[in-house]
Formats: sequence, C-alpha cells, structure tokens
Amino acid sequence: MSKLLEVKDLAIYFDTYQAEVQAVRGVSFELDEKETLAIVGESGSGKSVTAQSLMRLTPMPPGKFAGGSILFNGEDLTKKSESQMESIRGKDISMIFQDPMTSLNPTMTIGKQIAEGLIKHQNMSKKEAHNRGVELLKLVGIPNPEKRINQYPHEYSGGMRQRAMIAIALACNPKVLIADEPTTALDVTIQAQILDLMRDLQQKTGTAIILITHDLGVVANAASRVAVMYGGKIVETGNVDEIFYNPKHPYTWGLLSSMPKINNGEEELQAIPGSPPDLADPPKGCPFVARCPYAMKLCENHMPEYTNLSDTQKTACWLLDERAPEVEPPESAIVGGAKVHG
Amino acid sequence: MAKYLLKRLVYIIVSLFFIITITFFLMQAAPGSPFASERALTPALEAQMNEAYGLNEPIHVQYFNYLFSAFQFDFGPSIKYVGQDVTEIIARSFPYSLILGVEAILIALSIGVLLGVIAAVKHNKFGDYTAMVIAVLGISVPSFIMATILQYIFAIKLQALPIARFESFAHTILPAVALATTPLAFIARLMRSSMLDVLHSDYIKTAKSKGLSERVVTYKHALRNAILPVVSYLGPLVVSILTGSFIIEKIFGIPGLGNEFVVSVTNRDYTVIMGTTVFFSVLLLVSILLVDLLYGLVDPRIKVTDKGASK
Ligand SMILES: Nc1ncnc2c1ncn2[C@@H]1O[C@H](COP(=O)(O)OP(=O)(O)O)[C@@H](O)[C@H]1O
Ligand SMILES: [Mg+2]
Repeated sequence: MSKLLEVKDLAIYFDTYQAEVQAVRGVSFELDEKETLAIVGESGSGKSVTAQSLMRLTPMPPGKFAGGSILFNGEDLTKKSESQMESIRGKDISMIFQDPMTSLNPTMTIGKQIAEGLIKHQNMSKKEAHNRGVELLKLVGIPNPEKRINQYPHEYSGGMRQRAMIAIALACNPKVLIADEPTTALDVTIQAQILDLMRDLQQKTGTAIILITHDLGVVANAASRVAVMYGGKIVETGNVDEIFYNPKHPYTWGLLSSMPKINNGEEELQAIPGSPPDLADPPKGCPFVARCPYAMKLCENHMPEYTNLSDTQKTACWLLDERAPEVEPPESAIVGGAKVHG
Repeated sequence: MAKYLLKRLVYIIVSLFFIITITFFLMQAAPGSPFASERALTPALEAQMNEAYGLNEPIHVQYFNYLFSAFQFDFGPSIKYVGQDVTEIIARSFPYSLILGVEAILIALSIGVLLGVIAAVKHNKFGDYTAMVIAVLGISVPSFIMATILQYIFAIKLQALPIARFESFAHTILPAVALATTPLAFIARLMRSSMLDVLHSDYIKTAKSKGLSERVVTYKHALRNAILPVVSYLGPLVVSILTGSFIIEKIFGIPGLGNEFVVSVTNRDYTVIMGTTVFFSVLLLVSILLVDLLYGLVDPRIKVTDKGASK
C-alpha cells in the first residue's frame, strides 16, 4: 500500500524562559491515501503541535525539531526550505483549525480568502478564482453562494464559517487535510453536520484526513484508524474496532470510560482522575504512570516498547509483557453492544 | 448613510453650541479686560471703547449677539488689532498651520506605522530594540525640547535647514518633525503591540497554511487588521498636533493660527480667543467625523448605518 505520509520518531521541543517543553517526544505514524486517521488525546498531549509541524506551521523559534522525520511522498518535510514548504502548504497539505470564529481574517471577504490559494497554486485569474469559490461554497453546503462569497466572516454563523474554512482548505484538492478539533467549538448538532460534510467530501475528493480530537465519540463514525496520544507520545494505535472493542492501554480504557455510551445510560461517566504530565519535566518512563491504576515500579523509570497485537494494533504498555499480571479492562471501558461504529 | 451623516451634523452643531456658550461665560468670568495693559486708559476712553465693542450691554444680550453671529462665522473685529476682523486673522494664519499640521500628521503616521511594523516583525531582535528606543525617547522628550534640539543640530551646527520662519518647504521640515515626534512615537508603540497581537492570531496561521509567503501574510493579512487601533487614534492625533502647534509655532516664529491663539490669550483679545476656539472646535469635530467614516471603511464589522455608528 502506498504511504502518503510517514512520520518517524518526530520530536518537537519549545524553548521557553523557564524550561524546555518537550511537547512531542518521538511520535511515529503513517497515513495512507484516502484514509482517515484520528489522533485522540486529552488537551495538552501534543496533538496540535504534531499536526502543525506536519505543515511546518509551528513557530520556530521557540519551537525546534529535536529529531525524527516527516516523509511526504518520500520526501522529508523537515529538510525543506521555507519557500518549498510554501508550495506544499494549501496545495498538497491543508489544515482547518479549532475555532472558526478566529481562524478567518475579519477584514477580508470569504471569496478573497478562498481565492488566494487558487491564485497562488493554480495560477487562476481573479475571475476564475471567484467562480471556483462559488462552486466550493456550494460544495460545502453554503446556501446562496453567489451572494455569500462577497460577505465578511462576521456575517457567517459559526457552523458556516467552519464550512468556509473547509472550502478554503479543499480549494486546491490537497492530498492531506489536517483537521485540528474541527468541531470542538461548535454546537452538538452542527458538529455532526460538519463531520458528515467532511466524510462526504472525502468520498468525492479522495483526500486523506488526519482528524484530531479529544473526543473518542467523534472518532467512531469518522475515522478508520486511531492513534491515542498522551504526554507527547502515541501510547496505542489500531483500527477503530480494535481501539473500541479490544483496547489494551489503560489510558485508552480511561478515554473509553469517560465517553458517553448509548445503551447503558444510568452508568456514570468516569473522568480519568489527575492531570496530564508536565512536559517541561516529562516522566522518565511511561507518561501515564502517575494516573494509571495498574502502575508498577518498572513503569516509573522505563518507557515500554510497542507490543504488536495485530498487523494494525500496537500498544506501549508494560502490562502486555508476559511477566506482568493479567489485568482486565474496567466495566466502564467496555463498549459492549453499543453501536458506536456506524 | 445620509441619515447617519445628518445625525452626526446635528451632534456637531449641538456640541458647538455648548462650546460657544462655555467659552463665552468663561471669558466673562476671567479677571482682567482687554484694555487693562501697562498704560491705563482714562476712564472716559475706556467707557467709550466698551461702548464701541458692545461690552456695556447686559450680559445676556452680549451672549445672544455673540451666539447669533458665531453661527454665521462672524466673530467681529479684533479688540487689540484695530481694523482687523477675527475671520480675517483666521483666514490669514490658518493656511500656515494647516500645512504644518498635515505635514506632521503624515510624518507621524508613515514613520510611526513603519517603525511599529519593523519592531513587530523583528520581535526581540535588533530592529525591535532600535525602534522602541526611538519610541521611548520620542514619548519622553517634550516637543519644545525636541524643537530646540532640532534647531541646534540642523540649523546651527549643520546649517542644513532654516532655523525659523515660514517661507519655503525647507522651513516647514524642522517644525513639522518636532510636532510629529510625540505622536509618532505613540503610534509606533501602538502599531507594534497591535501587530504582535495580530501576528499571533489564528487567521494568520490560516493564511500561512494556504502557502502564502511571509511577506504577503504580513502585508495583506496582518497590516490591515493591525492598523485599526491606529485609525482610532487619528482623532486624538489631530488634537495632539493642534495643541502642539501652539508651542511649536511660537518657537519657530510661524505666523500660524496656534501662534495667533497664544498671542490673543496674552492680549486678552476676547473676540480672537473665542473665534479661534470655535474654529478649532469645528476643526476637531469634523476630523472626528471623518475618522469615524474612515473606520467604517477599514473595518467591515463596523457598519455606518442609519441607526448611527454601531459596533
Ligand atoms: N509555542 C509554544 N511554546 C511553548 N510551549 C508550547 C507551545 N505550543 C505548545 N506548547 C506546549 O506543548 C504542549 C502540547 O500542546 P498542544 O499540541 O497544543 O496540545 P493539544 O493540541 O494536544 O491540546 C503543551 O504543554 C503546550 O503548553
Ligand atoms: Mg490542540
């Protein structure tokens, strides 16, 4: 299978006044053409930094690549010059951001904001770009696009702005679309609409999507594979069924327990007690050790290797070592019978 | 739009009414009289003068006479300079002030914005520190000291520019720069901080994610948004240039309106004081209206509607 994107041992640190923040500490994943990979984890686990570094949008300095590579079609993006990156951004890889209220330029019409990429990457004239803009707005489901295209962001609702952002991102038919919490800032009903739209468009255009979210509930219907990220590392990865029905990492169990389930409404949602580790002083061993109910002495000082559970599932946890005690996932983490995969 | 303008014009007229009224009664309350100078007039002569200028009338009559003619832009004759109308004095001196003021505003805006942008783009680098040192100096050195320093360096030492008076463009440079310094420094700081805010905003990241170059992102996306606070500062800028002109025109011996105003105050030349005050007020009120209209043009979120200026 052709790998579109291969991230290997990526590490990104920030130099701040107090300390060096190790936001991403050796992350590896792959993205195939036309697939959707979800990256899930609590806030502060390094998802956005990872995502933005794929487009080299992380501010450097204070940020810096501390190791690893990002291979896009076999070429290492960490080695590209700024101007080479400019011809990749928006054309091969695009991004939509969390907050549609602030991610559009308030003093520029939506039409102009869509047109910019088209003019830059596809050598369109202003007129052509405008017409294509109308088509794109229609494609993302904005009513009355001929009129709407000349409006400013403040004349759009939140959901419509996110649709416009998607139109901007998809304007040049990118190979990869990175969506960093695209629905987090939206109402629940709008969230579902935006996710549906992204799935529809993916079927039409064949764009591969990296969907970043802190909400496993979003993942079930939207992605085919999931990477669970915590403390700057990927602790478990697998396809959607594996992550939901056969999770092996206690952090994944925690995420599943804190997700509302459809069939057992009486059960309480269980948030994971404690808070994510301080990445300015990251734990030597497993990042989850401080909050893990099954933590052993070993976990504190030694980061577990990945255990391959299947061709697709990999988990980094000492519990999977043959010498470790047998541990069953808690009741609350079992997605038994719940129809999550739609 | 037309309705909005009409409404704003009514506001201007109402404000003017209050300004005229207040200045009139303040003048009345101020001690001294225009005829009280070193050489006292004989009582008979003073009575005659008061008669001639209508200063004998009861105060409310004087007030209504004044109000009536002020709205026709007739401020009567100067009390100190026989045979000169206040309107004439204003018409003669204002062009100097206008040229000087416009020049100073252009200098303050262009260089201030430029310094601010450089400082923000070169954040925490040499360019930033240089620009901010200039800005802090500019804000802390009063304009009259700046004027003297400029005269000393450029007119006396270097002999490059004329030291005073107003005869050619070269004469305008030093006073315009002196007048511009403080607002320039203020604009530079304002522009720097607003540019820094904007450069860190999400939509700049969006713009970059489209593959736009650093230059296009800075000038096409950031600048237009970052300049909004500077546009709102244009009103206070006009005020600052105007009050600054009182001193600067004096130092550089420029026969402008600011100078006339200062002279009229020392002379207690009632009619000239009130005439210039009203004229300055009109100038300010109209500039503020223009700034508001301009803001509506620059920021699409502010719509100049029939309901009035609204956010
Ligand atoms: N510009 C920056 N300077 C310093 N630290 C940063 C910067 N950007 C992100 N970080 C740190 O990196 C860590 C991961 O952040 P982020 O990727 O935004 O998390 P997530 O998207 O998973 O919520 C956080 O601890 C955050 O404080
Ligand atoms: Mg994030």
